[in-house]
Amino acid sequence: MKKKLLDFLREWDEGNFEFSMKMTENQLKTRPEDQDRLPPDRSWTRTEVARAAQSEERAFRRLVPVFMGVFLFAVAGFLLYVVTEMPAFGSSGTPANSGEVMRRYVESGLSETGAVNIVAGIILDYRAFDTLGESHVLFAATIAVMILMLLEREEEEPISELRILRNDLVLRNTAKISVPFLLVFGIYIILNGHLGPGGGFSGGAVIGGALILYSTAYAPESLRKVLNLRSYRLIVIAALGFYSFAKCYSFFCGANGLETVFTAGTPGRIFSAGLILPLNTAVGLVVSCTMYGFYSLFTRGRI
Amino acid sequence: MIEMLWNNRIQVAAVILFAVGLTTLLLHRNLLKKIIGLNIMDTAGYLFLTSLGYIEGRLAPIVTEGSTDPARYVNPLPAGLVLTGIVVSVSVTAVMLALTLRLYRRYHTLNLDEIYKAVHREQEEEP
Amino acid sequence: MNYIEIALLGLLIICGIAASLTRNLMVSLIIFMAYSVIMSIIWAFLRAPDLAVTEAAVGAGISSVLMFITMKKLRDINRGFTQEEGGSHEEEAP
Repeated sequence: MKKKLLDFLREWDEGNFEFSMKMTENQLKTRPEDQDRLPPDRSWTRTEVARAAQSEERAFRRLVPVFMGVFLFAVAGFLLYVVTEMPAFGSSGTPANSGEVMRRYVESGLSETGAVNIVAGIILDYRAFDTLGESHVLFAATIAVMILMLLEREEEEPISELRILRNDLVLRNTAKISVPFLLVFGIYIILNGHLGPGGGFSGGAVIGGALILYSTAYAPESLRKVLNLRSYRLIVIAALGFYSFAKCYSFFCGANGLETVFTAGTPGRIFSAGLILPLNTAVGLVVSCTMYGFYSLFTRGRI
Repeated sequence: MIEMLWNNRIQVAAVILFAVGLTTLLLHRNLLKKIIGLNIMDTAGYLFLTSLGYIEGRLAPIVTEGSTDPARYVNPLPAGLVLTGIVVSVSVTAVMLALTLRLYRRYHTLNLDEIYKAVHREQEEEP
Repeated sequence: MNYIEIALLGLLIICGIAASLTRNLMVSLIIFMAYSVIMSIIWAFLRAPDLAVTEAAVGAGISSVLMFITMKKLRDINRGFTQEEGGSHEEEAP
């Protein structure tokens, strides 16, 4: 029993490299123009020193399941001990749930921000600066992925399998039916962000998913006429700039006691809650463009 | 103590998932498995944070019937904090996957030990 | 706290451990997708509907899709080395 368990754990640790396991040396067809892309020369592993190092490494690897068990139980045990000292789950008397902060947000959130959804009021009004930084994190992540992907030398047709998928009848018809509904649902989530659950992040992710489905089922060239690098830059920079300037205006007016043109309005209306609806739209645009940009960069190496 | 653990069972689940994710992240050699482990760890942290704001028998923090009584809703603050974290974790995942692709294109393995050895070898060859 | 929540928590832990223990990477990714869906249901139970919607769209949708595309790219890179030039268009079992 114990031996079986150890064997299973060792297999877990040593398996799983099916990509590298296919790569044996005589399978390689060497082409002269591929010299810089060749896998590293492994002939040095046959020397005496390397063999000794390998046996040492194998002995170390044999100990890894033991390390794993000890580590898992140490971390889990320590954290479980901490959990026993925590206040009971679901009680209202904990410091986080009975303090000044929560009472303030719930009591005056509706009258100050006009948002029926208190979470939207928190992340886009009280803590709007946080959300601005997070949108910039998404932008920076896209730039990082773009740099990493554009450094590669692409072949003529890097997505041969995705091209096969494009002729798939089931996928095409499913996409034809569901993409319009997905787009409308995403726009509804974004516009309804201050009235119910949702907001820019989830709606933008739904729209990005719809664009990914469309681009997988149909030719991505038709989508690239609308959404290419130029329009991506335009949309994202316009959305981030609008967010920054709108919050600058709001902070300036709020700090100096001036009247803003964005009032809280009647709670429950679609045009209410001041800046939350336009900011949700800006965040939704950034998130949907980022999600589609990730997909496009991963498949084709460019937006 | 067992009763205390049973009362806090969502936090216990979050702690176990955190330990599983951390173990996968630190001790597995496959790069994609490491990314999955990091994602599990992320979600476990969010679950722990969200469970602290839950109050038994109260409503979601969306104002209904015009009542802004604090004794009617759960704590909205952890949800607001976690919402930003989820989206950031996706962009972190995307950057890590791009780095994995670059490593695979250069060294042709997902095994981190092999990559270390190849890097060491390359450094030795350079004068 | 009812039985459904306890069952969901059990499934969540099982999925988390299985995603770490499975040997096949593709199976592991699919289990991770199921993990995200279960997590979004648990967030709906915890009275955080915003998180539930976001996790269902982002965790189960986008990040799994990115991982699948990465697997495809890895296989394409691998096949570009092990085969002759131009002969890399036939379907292969995953």
